[in-house]
Amino acid sequence: MTLDTTPLIGAAGLDLSLGGRRVLAHVDLTIDPGEIITLIGPNGAGKSTLVRVLLGLVRPDHGKVVRRKGLRIGYLPQKFSIDAVLPLNVARLMTLTCKAERGAIEAALEETGVAHLIGAQVQTLSGGELQRVLLARALLPNPDLLVLDEPVQGVDFGGQAELYRLIGDIRDRRGCAVLMVSHDLHLVMAQTDRVLCLNQHLCCAGTPAMVAKDPEYLRLFGPRAAQAFALYAHGPHGHDHVHTLSGEVAPVDHAHEGHTHDH
Amino acid sequence: MITDFFVRALIAGIGVALVAGPAGCFIVWRRMAYFGDTMAHSALLGVALGLLLGVDPILGVLAVSIILALILAGMGASRTLASDTVLGILSHSALSLGMIALSLMQGIRLDLMVYLFGDLLSVGMADIYLVLGGGAVSLALLFVLWRPLLAMTVHEELARAEGVNVALVRAGFMLLIAFLIAAAMKITGALLITSLLLIPAACARRFARGPEMMAVLAALFGVAAVTGGLYGSLYFDTPTGPSIVLAALLLFLGSMIVGGRRFGR
Repeated sequence: MTLDTTPLIGAAGLDLSLGGRRVLAHVDLTIDPGEIITLIGPNGAGKSTLVRVLLGLVRPDHGKVVRRKGLRIGYLPQKFSIDAVLPLNVARLMTLTCKAERGAIEAALEETGVAHLIGAQVQTLSGGELQRVLLARALLPNPDLLVLDEPVQGVDFGGQAELYRLIGDIRDRRGCAVLMVSHDLHLVMAQTDRVLCLNQHLCCAGTPAMVAKDPEYLRLFGPRAAQAFALYAHGPHGHDHVHTLSGEVAPVDHAHEGHTHDH
Repeated sequence: MITDFFVRALIAGIGVALVAGPAGCFIVWRRMAYFGDTMAHSALLGVALGLLLGVDPILGVLAVSIILALILAGMGASRTLASDTVLGILSHSALSLGMIALSLMQGIRLDLMVYLFGDLLSVGMADIYLVLGGGAVSLALLFVLWRPLLAMTVHEELARAEGVNVALVRAGFMLLIAFLIAAAMKITGALLITSLLLIPAACARRFARGPEMMAVLAALFGVAAVTGGLYGSLYFDTPTGPSIVLAALLLFLGSMIVGGRRFGR
């Protein structure tokens, strides 16, 4: 990585309404080189919308987004499924918009541990395999910034922890920044440098441990979610640990669901 | 008795099928069958327009399809009506308007059946040039659009994030379909054009391991269907369009049996 420390993306005063509903209100955000940011918030908080604004897919009503010149972004979108009517294997999926040597494709898939799937039809992949393939795809342009919208969706608990660890390793190895969206509040990744809690506006930000104690966060998600969150952020992120957590967290998820209905 | 008119129809038909196969794959992948129908039905309005203005009806068809393609491309998604509802309204309105306009033109003796179901006897030399010229333009357009169109078929937002101009590509594809419909009008007729897009692509699916392979196979299945249908139409003296559709259906049934055995699970 270069030693350039200017922010990769700087966004200021973002306002956006969609269909008469306020989705983003006065959001300021900078992403510095090499940092891992996790964006959390309840359903409908505007997390994906904020990502789309940062990517330049949606224009905000007010405010502006400045991307560093020549910024390369690798993007993993939230909802990804391919209809069975379209025959497509992993290698072809990797090169939909960019041309790449076979060796580069293999190296990217190797990095996410799915090199053996290069010839597999995309429809036959499991949830975890698909996310790893999409992650490899995002790595292919050698990005300065990885934008991962719910990268662990459709992945079982053990797999989620592994995937988070893999994302942390990728950052350590490549030095790229990571912006990650998550609604799994209890499974915010341990390597996260900053957690941003979004509910139309940014309610709080800081290290995972700081955010878990923030009154705004507790008001939004309830004390039980915070407990699980803190547990994971503080504890070792070993495999056995996650399994203990999964037992404890399941009811928390329901409590959280019930809670968001009040909002 | 292979005669000039038959050879002409064969050349035109094969020209259309070669483009319709790959283009039809996108219609199938993107679930745009109803869109194809709407465009095709509006072609009858184009015939009426052509006759009214005293130009070749095919030019009228081309004009109306291009206008409709641009309207549909620019319209985007309606918030209160599903797109198939909007397409249904447009499709049947255009067909009805076209038929009424044609029936009001008292001075013109016109065999409506030709435009609805196609007639190989009606394919003249001018049509050959039109089909081959239009086919070459369409094929070139498809070649340019292929990569970005495939990317946005897989995931539109991802394609946009990676620099694909989605609106431009979509408009280009709709124009391509407009050209194709004008070219296919005399061969299959307005009511059956969509089948040349759908059935060969459906046949190809079972044998294809990748999108490019499916496109090539669809083109080949389309050529086979047109050839078989035209010979059938000649020997059994049946209407051209329906004969081609039946030939395509036979191929599809065959592909289900053969392909089902190969890749069945």
